[in-house]
Amino acid sequence: MNDLTPSREERTENLKGLGCSRKRVEDARFTQGKGNYVDDIKMPGMLFGDFVRSPYAHARVKNINSEEALKVPGVLAVLTAKDLEPLGLHWMPTLAGDKQMVLADGKVLFQGQEVAFVVATDRYAAADGIEAVEVEYEELPVVVDPFKALDPDAPVLREDLEGQTEGAHGPRKHHNHIFLWEAGDKEATESVLASADVVAEEMVYYHRTHPCPLEPCGCVASMDKVNGKLTLWGTFQAPHAVRTVASLISGIAEHNIRVISPDIGGGFGNKVGVYPGYVCSIVASIVTGKPVKWIEDRMDNLMATAFARDYWMKGKIAATKEGKITGLWCHTTADHGGFDACADPTKFPAGFMNICTGSYDIPVAYLGVDGVYTNKAPGGVAYRCSFRVTEAAYFIERMIEILAIELNMDAAELRRINFIKKEQFPYQSALGWEYDSGDYHTAWEKALKAVDYEGLRKEQAERVEAFKRGETRKLLGIGLTHFTEIVGAGPVKNCDILGLGMFDSCEIRIHPTGSAIARLGTISQGQGHATTFAQILASEIGLPADSITIEEGDTDTAPYGLGTYGSRSTPVAGAATAMAGRKIRAKAQMIAAYLLEVHDDDVEWDVDRFAVKGAPERFKTMAEIAFAAYNQAIPGIEPGLEAVSYYDPPNMTYPFGAYICVMEIDVDTGVHEIRQFYALDDCGTRINPMIIEGQVHGGVTEALAIAMGQEIAYDEMGNVKTGTLMDFFLPTAWETPNYTTDHTTTPSPHHPIGAKGVGESPNVGGVPAFSNAVHDAFRAFGLRQSHMPHDHWRIWKTAHDLGLHG
Amino acid sequence: MIPARFEYHRPSDVSAALAILTEHGDDARVLAGGHSLIPMMKLRMAAIEHLIDLQDIAELKGISVDGGTITIGAMTTQHELIDNADLAKAAPILREAALQIADPQVRYVGTVGGNVANGDPGNDMPGLMQCLGATFHLVGPGGTRDVAARDYYEAAYMTDREDDEILVSVSFPVPEGGYAYEKQKRKIGDYATAACAVQVTMAGGSCTAASIAMTNLSDTPIWSKDAGAVLVGTDCGPGAIGAAVDAAVAAIDPTEDNRGPVEFKKHVAGVVIRRAIERAISRA
Repeated sequence: MNDLTPSREERTENLKGLGCSRKRVEDARFTQGKGNYVDDIKMPGMLFGDFVRSPYAHARVKNINSEEALKVPGVLAVLTAKDLEPLGLHWMPTLAGDKQMVLADGKVLFQGQEVAFVVATDRYAAADGIEAVEVEYEELPVVVDPFKALDPDAPVLREDLEGQTEGAHGPRKHHNHIFLWEAGDKEATESVLASADVVAEEMVYYHRTHPCPLEPCGCVASMDKVNGKLTLWGTFQAPHAVRTVASLISGIAEHNIRVISPDIGGGFGNKVGVYPGYVCSIVASIVTGKPVKWIEDRMDNLMATAFARDYWMKGKIAATKEGKITGLWCHTTADHGGFDACADPTKFPAGFMNICTGSYDIPVAYLGVDGVYTNKAPGGVAYRCSFRVTEAAYFIERMIEILAIELNMDAAELRRINFIKKEQFPYQSALGWEYDSGDYHTAWEKALKAVDYEGLRKEQAERVEAFKRGETRKLLGIGLTHFTEIVGAGPVKNCDILGLGMFDSCEIRIHPTGSAIARLGTISQGQGHATTFAQILASEIGLPADSITIEEGDTDTAPYGLGTYGSRSTPVAGAATAMAGRKIRAKAQMIAAYLLEVHDDDVEWDVDRFAVKGAPERFKTMAEIAFAAYNQAIPGIEPGLEAVSYYDPPNMTYPFGAYICVMEIDVDTGVHEIRQFYALDDCGTRINPMIIEGQVHGGVTEALAIAMGQEIAYDEMGNVKTGTLMDFFLPTAWETPNYTTDHTTTPSPHHPIGAKGVGESPNVGGVPAFSNAVHDAFRAFGLRQSHMPHDHWRIWKTAHDLGLHG
Repeated sequence: MIPARFEYHRPSDVSAALAILTEHGDDARVLAGGHSLIPMMKLRMAAIEHLIDLQDIAELKGISVDGGTITIGAMTTQHELIDNADLAKAAPILREAALQIADPQVRYVGTVGGNVANGDPGNDMPGLMQCLGATFHLVGPGGTRDVAARDYYEAAYMTDREDDEILVSVSFPVPEGGYAYEKQKRKIGDYATAACAVQVTMAGGSCTAASIAMTNLSDTPIWSKDAGAVLVGTDCGPGAIGAAVDAAVAAIDPTEDNRGPVEFKKHVAGVVIRRAIERAISRA
């Protein structure tokens, strides 16, 4: 080595590996309008299908007359449940063990439900055909309140299940009941509550909202009748799972189905489920022999494809007079709509709601969740969260605030008293999880210091006094949150979807000239996998990230995986990537030793090369090794340099964070202003700080939307009141405040590179931070609990009900 | 979200547009910026067989400040209102109000004429035009006709305009004194929860003229003669402002929607009106 030899630091930097804020390689095409989304797919002779949808929330379908529709120029077919029935496709299984009508089979259960599928030469003809289909409905009594759904004399919604006392997740206690799912020790918890110094009790409602990705759902199905192969392009967050499910439903052999997820314009859980549009497009393509495209419009998307949340969480939290929490009880009434189409691991019908003990050392707890049918759209997906973790985090972070009120204690101090301590990890929670690692106190103190918490409280107290003196009409709210997520589903032993184990995978091929391609079972919808997975690999195998292509989403080429949602890509596929990289390195070590004429044990890894121990000037770079792997006959070693890894994680990962929102509230108009938002995230090892920051910005913005205005609201007749972006709040740059991001780093002890996942943390932590700020502003005037979304009129009503309007 | 089939016409002068309108009667509608009409067509709530796009008609565009009168062509966009230096100087309330309409993309296409002619109670320009005492100029088969903005609106989407007339321009005297357009909305792109336009002139510490109009607080814009009258002759102190607010609130009749119930809207209207009056006075 001489002065011209790059230093270890220079060589490391050159790789753009872990910890590098590498620019997103995807952005070149997206910023130039060169993305390739499903609606960009155009094929010769392609047809277009679209739905006749129900205007009623609950009605019997007496008759469907397609005669006039079939006269519309360009309309080729109108499919109804009767046409699908001989194929057994008029109903389909949901991911939650229920079944769902593909097309209305005798009745409809929610407004916007798919009634008939019009197939036409183009989408304009299809729209005219939809208008011409005559459907005769007989309206039935509508149930939109999940509590009323369980009244003894409530209308029977699911006549197909009548008399069935056993559901997919145990006994059904009522004709509109889906399941009761329980965790923890009910008896012990109730005994603690009965004898506690203090018990705070409250109903915490997390309203119904919608992931609303910028690109709605859609697909193109193309059945090649010559070779019997079905190709399905679509907005799928889990392409392999779609292939397997499509094979099971249709009877087409799995090797004859190819599923491709092209560029996807955001998913946020909305694109995990299986929708009638996919089934109908496939059938229509089989029937016509032509490719068939189905693309939702915005109203379809908001009205019919998967919503999120709608959890009524009744909570009781017990504590000593000094503020040490002694027990937590929660009963949730979960509104699932007309079909149970949650996208949760099979054994978890309420997702990971049992993470609801949060960041706190709570000795005993109980959770019961009753799932209920109503006349609303099905769904209940994890909208930028890991399976009901947002609900759980919102619940516990509200309960902590309410307990603080009950104890007349500072809410930051109450959290401090109850955090799980660093030395308690791995920590067994009362509701059954093993938290892998955490250092909550350090994060908390860092966050409080960063915002000058004491100063803020002082300012707030002064503001309250000024308000009382009539000098201001604005209140100051300080919204605190410390959240713990559970992501990275997950261990196959307890996480599967429809029996498909939730492992993930990576396959790597190193090219002779020292570049590589890696394929994964996941699929990016904006997460930047092509950027970050290349960085993981760069650090593992010593080839520059810029020389590594990442490919996902084509089931004919990518290894099997369960897809991207629930912040599982980095914890599971990211781990598979690292493990596959290590297999490459193991083979490379043997090749290097051969080339350097030393024993395998006499070489050591050094950033991008193997060097002889004690003689660093004698080395072979990964690029040199790759060339030799293909082109030099090495005794006892197969040619080539490839590896594949299927990773079944030993545990979930538990990212956490401390978020603080400072909000000004105009009590006269209900208008709020975010003065400051501080987000500290600990997602373990940080792969790309810039992408993490982007994820936090995006996730907190979605949290802002949810907490402050976004909802899917129904009237009593089951009409969707917020079916367009006029009423459904999607923040623009104007409504989006400035964010301060920060971090601590507590690696996961069981993940190969210590990473935990971050995409969903800001939504999980952001919602309670915003909501707690609203509540905190009114704490001095006696507010305990109000319901989201905190839009102008709800905040105004809070102020009004507290007598602040004189 | 695909409209029914329609014929698209793109005349290059007003008489050609009128001829098409006359020929097709109820089946035809003129298209300005399209922000109200196109969504209604896409939702198939409006079936228009003949759509007459006015964008190629040069005589419908432009802003003139001539002597004491401002005239704005119907096809002038909101963006052009914001961008016109003469107008900003002569009637700054227009710029202030236009900047609160939707977002730049909408304002590049949305027009003054479409905004005032359609009779949508959510639109901002009708209330503003009533505040300014504007006159709307209509052309029909029988010639031209002028209608005061304060007389134009009958109910939601119901106006004094006949089906075979086109609104070609609006004009109003150059406003004097202080001004304000105050609007509360849920988000960018939303209609007002409550909005209020105010012009006030003061002389020697006393109010000499005041005009107050409100948006989206009834099924038409509301110009409250009483609210203005209450201020005139006073020093515009808290008592007078309070009385003006009370008079203005007494004139509105909001309905419940996703923005909130009537009680909330009336309360917010009072706050918004007060802020508009106070800001206008501070500039008078």
